[in-house]
Amino acid sequence: MTDLPKPRGPLSVAVLGALRDLPTAPVPRIEEAPESDDDAALTLWVLHELSYGGFDGVDEAAESEPELVRVRGMLERRLEADLRSRWPGVPDVDLASGFFDWVAGHDGPSIARHVQTSATREQVLDLMRMRSVYHLKEADPTMWVIPRLPVSAKAALVELQYDEYGAGDPSRLHSHLFAQGMAASGLRPERGVYVDEAPFEVLDQNNALSMFGLQGRLRGAAVGHLAAFEATSSMPSRRMAQGLERLGFPEELIGYYTEHVEADAVHEQVALRDVCVALVREEPALEPDVWFGAWACLDLEVRAARRILGAWGAAA
Amino acid sequence: MTEVAPRPDVELCPGGPMLLRGDHVVVDDEGVRHATKRPVSAVCRCGKSASKPWCDGTHKVLPPKLRP
Ligand code: FES
Ligand SMILES: [Fe+2]
Ligand SMILES: [Fe+2]
Repeated sequence: MTDLPKPRGPLSVAVLGALRDLPTAPVPRIEEAPESDDDAALTLWVLHELSYGGFDGVDEAAESEPELVRVRGMLERRLEADLRSRWPGVPDVDLASGFFDWVAGHDGPSIARHVQTSATREQVLDLMRMRSVYHLKEADPTMWVIPRLPVSAKAALVELQYDEYGAGDPSRLHSHLFAQGMAASGLRPERGVYVDEAPFEVLDQNNALSMFGLQGRLRGAAVGHLAAFEATSSMPSRRMAQGLERLGFPEELIGYYTEHVEADAVHEQVALRDVCVALVREEPALEPDVWFGAWACLDLEVRAARRILGAWGAAA
Repeated sequence: MTEVAPRPDVELCPGGPMLLRGDHVVVDDEGVRHATKRPVSAVCRCGKSASKPWCDGTHKVLPPKLRP
C-alpha cells in the first residue's frame, strides 16, 4: 500500500481527486482528456495499481468503479494504438529458431553497459528508483495471463513463474530480493514511493505490461513481451552486477542481479519454447501479437533508456 | 481435446543450453560438484559461460557455428 502520486495534468487531477473522494462522494463523469503523455501514463498507472496493491486511504472498491474502468479502457486503447502505430509489423523470422537473434538485432542504448563501466553512485540510485516501479511487482502482471492459455503453454508459464516467486520460498521471491536490495542501499522498498520521479517512458513500460496481462485478447502480446524481457536479462544483469560491485553497492542488491543471470538464462528458453511457441501451435492466429508484444518490450526499454541516459548526460 | 506430451526432464535447446528439471548434482569438467538450485536449471553446452556449469546466455553472442 502506498500514497497516491502527484497529478501531471487535468486528467490525473480529476482521477486522483475522484479516488480521494471515494466512498463518500460518487465518482463524477470524467470529461478531461489527457493533456500530455505524462498525464496519460500516470493516470493509467494509478488505475492499474488499483488491481495490484491499491493505495493508502483509497477505497478498494475503486477498482471496479464503472467510470474509472471506462477511463482505464480509454487510456489503454490510446496506449495500444500508439504502440501499434509505431510497430513495424511481423518480421520475416521463424519464431522458434530465429527469435533470439531477432532480439539481439534490436538496437538501442544499454543502461547496463553504462552502469558497468561509468555510471556514478547517484545515477545508479536514480535508476533503482525508476526500476522499482516494475521490479517491486516483478512477475505479477504475467500471472493474469495464465488462465487464458492452452494447456501446454499454461503449465510452462506456471513453471517459470514459480521460479520468479522463489519456488515457494518467500525469501527467494524476486520482487522481494529487489526490495531487500533497495533497503540495503538506503532506498525505500515500498511499492510506488518513487513514482513521482518516473517519466512517462518508465510508467508506460509498466502500463503496457499490465494492459497485456489484464486483457485476455492480448495474451499473445503478454507472452511475447515476457519472452523478449527474459531474453534481454541475463547478460545485462551480469553487467549491472559488475557495475554495482565497482561502486560498492551492498551484496543484497548485487544478489538480485546475479540471481537473474542464471534464472533468466532458463526463463528465456522456457518463455520462448514452452510458452510462446506452444501457444502459437494451438492458436496460430496469435503469432502476430506474440511478435507485437516482444517488439513493445524492446521498444519501450529503448525509449526509457534514451530518456534516463539523456537525463544523466550519458551518451545514448 | 489436444494431445499433450508429458514434460521432458531434459530438454536440449537448439544453439543453447540443456534444461534440466528437478534436483541434480552436476560434475563439471574439472570434477567440481554443483547442486542445482532451482526447479529448472540451464546447463551450459557452449563452454563459454562465465557461470559454468550453468548457462548465462553467452551462447547468444557466439557466431552460429560455435553454438551447440
Ligand atoms: S549454453 Fe548458454 S552460455 Fe553456454
Ligand atoms: Fe525475476
Ligand atoms: Fe525471469
